[in-house]
Amino acid sequence: MDVTSLKIGDMRSMLDKKEISVSELTDAYLDRINAVDGKLESYITVTADAAKKAAEKAQEKINKGESSPLCGIPLAIKDNICTDGVKTTCASKMLENFIPPYNATVMDRLENEGIVMLGKTSMDEFAMGGSTQTSAFKKTKNPYDLERVPGGSSGGSAAAVGASLCAAAIGSDTGGSIRQPSSFCGVTGLKPTYGRVSRYGLVAFASSLDQIGPIAKSAADCAVILNAISGYDSHDGTSSRNDVPDFTAKIGQDVKGMKIALPKEFYADGIDDDVRTAVLKAADYYKSIGAELIDCSMPSLKYAVAAYYLISSAEASSNLSRYDGIKYGHRSEEGESFNELIANSRREGFGEEVKRRIMLGNYALSSGYYDAYYGKAMALKQKIREEYEQIFTCCDVILTPTAPTVAYGLHENISDPAKMYQADICTVTVNIASLPAISTTCGYDSNDMPIGMSIIGKKWDEATIIQAADAYEKNFVRQNAAI
Amino acid sequence: MSAYIPVIGLEVHAELLTKSKVFCTCSAEFGGGKNSRCCPVCSGMPGTLPVINQTAVEYAVKAGFAMGCDINKFSVFDRKNYFYPDLPKAYQISQLNLPLCINGTVPIEYEEDGVKKTKNIRINRIHLEEDAGKLIHDDLNGVSLADYNRCGVPLIEIVTEPDMSSAAEAKAFVEKVSLLLQYAGVCDCKMEQGSIRADVNVSIMKPTDTEFGTRTEMKNLNSIKAIGRAIDFEIYRQGKLLDMGQKVVQETRRFDDNRGETKAMRSKENAHDYRYFPEPDILQVNFTDEQLDAIKKSLPELPAQRIERYINSYGLSEGDAKILVNTKILSDFFDTAVGAYNNPKSICNFINGELMRRLNLGEIVLENLPFTAEQFAKLVEMGDTEKISKNDAKDVFREMSEKGGDPETIAKEKGLLITNDLGKVAEVIDKVLADNGKAVDQYKGGDMKVFGFIMGQCTKALKGVCTPKVIKEELEKKLKSL
Repeated sequence: MDVTSLKIGDMRSMLDKKEISVSELTDAYLDRINAVDGKLESYITVTADAAKKAAEKAQEKINKGESSPLCGIPLAIKDNICTDGVKTTCASKMLENFIPPYNATVMDRLENEGIVMLGKTSMDEFAMGGSTQTSAFKKTKNPYDLERVPGGSSGGSAAAVGASLCAAAIGSDTGGSIRQPSSFCGVTGLKPTYGRVSRYGLVAFASSLDQIGPIAKSAADCAVILNAISGYDSHDGTSSRNDVPDFTAKIGQDVKGMKIALPKEFYADGIDDDVRTAVLKAADYYKSIGAELIDCSMPSLKYAVAAYYLISSAEASSNLSRYDGIKYGHRSEEGESFNELIANSRREGFGEEVKRRIMLGNYALSSGYYDAYYGKAMALKQKIREEYEQIFTCCDVILTPTAPTVAYGLHENISDPAKMYQADICTVTVNIASLPAISTTCGYDSNDMPIGMSIIGKKWDEATIIQAADAYEKNFVRQNAAI
Repeated sequence: MSAYIPVIGLEVHAELLTKSKVFCTCSAEFGGGKNSRCCPVCSGMPGTLPVINQTAVEYAVKAGFAMGCDINKFSVFDRKNYFYPDLPKAYQISQLNLPLCINGTVPIEYEEDGVKKTKNIRINRIHLEEDAGKLIHDDLNGVSLADYNRCGVPLIEIVTEPDMSSAAEAKAFVEKVSLLLQYAGVCDCKMEQGSIRADVNVSIMKPTDTEFGTRTEMKNLNSIKAIGRAIDFEIYRQGKLLDMGQKVVQETRRFDDNRGETKAMRSKENAHDYRYFPEPDILQVNFTDEQLDAIKKSLPELPAQRIERYINSYGLSEGDAKILVNTKILSDFFDTAVGAYNNPKSICNFINGELMRRLNLGEIVLENLPFTAEQFAKLVEMGDTEKISKNDAKDVFREMSEKGGDPETIAKEKGLLITNDLGKVAEVIDKVLADNGKAVDQYKGGDMKVFGFIMGQCTKALKGVCTPKVIKEELEKKLKSL
């Protein structure tokens, strides 16, 4: 049996029953990384030695009977989450050699649980992109087809999970960066309610939209990880003081009577037929097990991508200003004055896409343009929130495709940013409205590429979307990745 | 020159006296080894987040109450974006549209051409923001070094309406604001440490003009004197330009303290576009009425209330009350002294006389007195109760000012303590009269002037035994009986 393909629940019982040691499990993953990741390129940094040490510590805990749900589980961490003493590059030349002297709160919590970190996964540079091809270091491939993209920006995390190079991974989602790559790589990814998980130590892209979440082989695995990382953090003023429920609590509960809304705009032109058909088929399955399908509408969806790119780029332009090469990060050899030095450092350190968004964001915030761009985007944000509230008055969850297409070829789309941005249409509104959503595989196209569907929940109601995703997964047979 | 009316507005920056910084837990204290008071948050490391210090918010609101402001129950933080090496995040967290406090008034008193005047200066707003770090330029090696200790120290910016029309008014305003902030307990207002500093906006207009002239701004003036000089120079410079038919350019100018001149730094065309937008990392501030009431109630006694107390409860003159209150540390000293010896007028007199003399001579400084207010009070009390003569009290005070210490101990050591031992007095008088037979004869012969001489001899010999009054009585008695 190949232990690397197991879900966390199965691993847990094997570890606790001592049928396998944490070290054996860890080594199995490290071996597989060695064998496969040369082709997949999902990891920027593999922390083999530290992983082996962490495995021993976790084993001690298990031996002492101090096991916990994630104790000894090998995980991969997206490379924009700060890890004390381990390079955190954001897949950017700018932070190529940046070693944080602190952990993200999420890392502290996972380490307390006794996880084994295998390494840091690749991503689009500073999480800007949906293909992981803007990474300055590892342009990750899709585990189902090495000629295709894994999605992004958490493409390294999703591909590593899809290829069984980790039990599960941590990603971040600003406009779909957990859900879309999960969809492309045939795995399950959850973007929690904004404020559910502390952002402290997550290198900021767009602060009002960023949220850390799990990518795993099942909704149930996502729930276990979410349990570990959720909750108020005194280092993040935007983290919620709301009680954290047990996210596994509703797993297995009957979805009979659950009201599932299908906003028609998410199934309109621009969504590939294969995708639409697969998601609607999944909707029918839910109906067949007793859920109620509800037609509804989100008229503002057509403005959502524009609003998202204005808000996220505006915030990014400010968040990324700190990279001036003075305190840390890439510093140019050239430059007579401060302004010249930082201009050169930033020109050399940032990639094309990052520069494009910084330009866009600065433009949107400039005096004289603010009202026309940022102001309008904020008004749309309000409108989108209201439309979601309206829809949720008559349903429990919303079902949409995760992306308009399946994973595309490595060299497609890259040259046309506007077209690439439009591909985020299915995911961005969730971030704008601070809602939780989970993406799980609902089918495969004729090339056996995974198709993802997203279940969007009410604020703070991750438990219900986990329940709904799990109900589908229980009846769905996943095809293993080709790699 | 007098053909123009100056229009002056100020932005006063004051560092709040919180223990920790405004968005992290680093110490906000002045000083410390270079970069010893910073952390990943205030040095702008990737992924770190600001968390608002509630005490800083409270202090800013207290400052608002002290200046008669309305407090916005709903307030928002914004990012002010610009690149500068002392600003590690490349944005300053500040407030743009919804500051904590708005619409205040600060009454000022000042003297102009020998006339005492008063005026109310309107406060447009007070908002909370973070301070930047400091750059140390090493010209010898051609490098600049950054010290981030000051990064994130909480700062309030007090913005006035353009209500001032002379340097005297502006100086009086800054002094009054300093006083209010000190009494509110939110800022130590040490200009030399930069804990309070001002940006000055100056324009001039003809009396017939209906619109303000073009203004210039002088930033970061860090002494009352510099504020006055910069304003005077700028009024003069702008007046000369207009007299010559030229225009004032809207720009930021640097005030050169050594030359007493302002120099162009940055014109409007090159002004920063700060690209303000709401700070997404910090939740909006929401106050309830109860919270605001609680902050208001926690406000210490302010200068106006204290002056009133000194006049009404202590019977001090308005002039005396103001002298004391206008220097908070002196006023606090006075209050402590009165607490130890309940004779405000007498303590006030000793402060006005002896303490002020030593202060003016530079022998002592208020910030670091070698004696306590209680010891000071005891000395005043000893004088009042004739445990020591008024003159000797001055001697003892000189000793306390030099070396510190307890007045009673000093008086005892110097033999100045009055015991009123009449036996001893009689004994000494007898001896003096015996030793000065010639003088006694002269006195008896009607030469009253010689009394002073005899009295002097007795006083000298009876130093510390009793008061001159008692000596005089006893001596007169004795002489009469001869």
